[in-house]
Amino acid sequence: MPSRPLSEIAKTIRSKNAGVDRITFDVIFAARADYDHVRHSGVLSRAGVCRIFGIDDARITDYVEFDPALAIKFTIRRKRPSGSPGDADIFGSQHYGPLLGIQVPGM
Amino acid sequence: MPVSIQQRRSAEPSLRIVCPNGHLGFAPIKPGSFAIGCAAEPDLICADSGSCDVGPGPLGADISSSPRQWQVQDLEAMLLASRRLGVPMIIGSAGDTGSNSRVDLFVEIIRELALKHRVPKFRLGHFYSEIAKDELRRRMISGETVEGLDGRPALDFATLNATDRIVAVAGIHPYIKLLDAGADVIIGGRSSDCAIFAAPAIRDGFPPALAYFGGKILECASFCAEPYAAKESVLGEITMDDFKVTALLPEQRCTIASVAGHAMYERANPFYEHFLGGHIDMRDCRYEQYDERTVRITGPRYVAADELRVKLEGSGKIGERFVGIVGVRDPYTIAHIDEVIAWARRQAEEQLGPGGWELHFTVYGRDAILGELEPLKASPAHELGIVVQAIAPTRELAEEACMIGTRQMFYARLPEVKGTAGGIAFLLDEVMPASPAYRWTINHTLRLDDPLELFPTLLTEAGV
Repeated sequence: MPSRPLSEIAKTIRSKNAGVDRITFDVIFAARADYDHVRHSGVLSRAGVCRIFGIDDARITDYVEFDPALAIKFTIRRKRPSGSPGDADIFGSQHYGPLLGIQVPGM
Repeated sequence: MPVSIQQRRSAEPSLRIVCPNGHLGFAPIKPGSFAIGCAAEPDLICADSGSCDVGPGPLGADISSSPRQWQVQDLEAMLLASRRLGVPMIIGSAGDTGSNSRVDLFVEIIRELALKHRVPKFRLGHFYSEIAKDELRRRMISGETVEGLDGRPALDFATLNATDRIVAVAGIHPYIKLLDAGADVIIGGRSSDCAIFAAPAIRDGFPPALAYFGGKILECASFCAEPYAAKESVLGEITMDDFKVTALLPEQRCTIASVAGHAMYERANPFYEHFLGGHIDMRDCRYEQYDERTVRITGPRYVAADELRVKLEGSGKIGERFVGIVGVRDPYTIAHIDEVIAWARRQAEEQLGPGGWELHFTVYGRDAILGELEPLKASPAHELGIVVQAIAPTRELAEEACMIGTRQMFYARLPEVKGTAGGIAFLLDEVMPASPAYRWTINHTLRLDDPLELFPTLLTEAGV
């Protein structure tokens, strides 16, 4: 089945602090059909997110499909608060990197 | 001014707020769209100046994360517009952290600007948000549980003792009190972003749900519009029935996608926004394209809290810090970089003993940014950059630990390495002093009897 990377399908893929202990990810689509397709594909389901980042489900604190914005949104707990020594992404603003290349089947 | 903005003020009672900057002082206000906003009959000019995104350092060290000149520029633009138009100006979370010293700094800047421009006398209100460690300790001893947020355990005395500075996050209450007292300009301590905008609207009798929702959308200024452009002004209008937001930069529009997308920005859950006194529930929000550059929102619900709990943010110093930077190009060394790091760490232990200092090795080109979340950590780049951070109680020890951690990578003993004249490349054969290391010790809530009890307000005069 043909597939395309998420970066070619989503309009916005971003990450950002949600408070000092969490990082939230937004994947926003321009078209309802793309949003529905990716949602139903499972690549960004809770289990999909766990696979991508190699984490347990317990690290995901929130997972929402947000229809008004055509967005898939999930939030993960940081291992240590933002800006602690050794944290190299104080704003959480580059954690979305691994999402860009995710292959979405059937596109 | 775009026609759509001129014609939009409805006959219904409404409150119009211009927000020129989503983090005042952090990067300068763009004057073009702000001028358009000032010509659009605003009732207030409001901006948030704070964020915990800047990390625990500024709060702990009690500094701002931006140069004073940038803060002056933004405050000057807002003050002159506010006084010229005769509408109130409100700043929340002064100087990034909203600590007492940052409030005093902004008050002083406003006073200086008022004299410099010979602004006619006006009433300058301000309030503080810090809570002293001793005061929090007293409340804990008297039986109050300081509950953890985001999965943190309740605050214990050890963590409190390791904290240098604490701010409480104010709601609408000190702003309303100062507006009631006749303040023309308000400099607020640490506050909920949305409260800065909601306070005047709620004071004027508009529905809290729309007021708080509007505040949430306005607080990042042009981030709620598209295409992406930061530091441009937006205009919000609250009525009894709806909230509307309009992009003011001619190249930008507010769209359903941009506003709904912003409604979920930098929060764990897009449906709820919590603040002192309650939360709003946004599950039934409806977004409509009102005109070309305006979105209309209806349907948020306000839920008052059963118990008043205020959010506390606290930062504690870990130690002094030095930083070293090295590079690696040998593929064999790159494949065994963890052994190189372990070697350097062992040398530090042998020289300095096992405790009383920390070394952190951040490996750019492999997993620096995501750490254990990095899916590609097993396939590093052809060259690595490693930042070594050492933290210790004294600068002398931090410098020595950093020097050991950095230089001993040069001497790491890998069994099959071909290059025997040095295991790493130095950018600088030195280590550099950095700002002290802090951590967020407190992300908790405290019960209050009165929403004003931690937020003393003061009203003075400024101008000539």
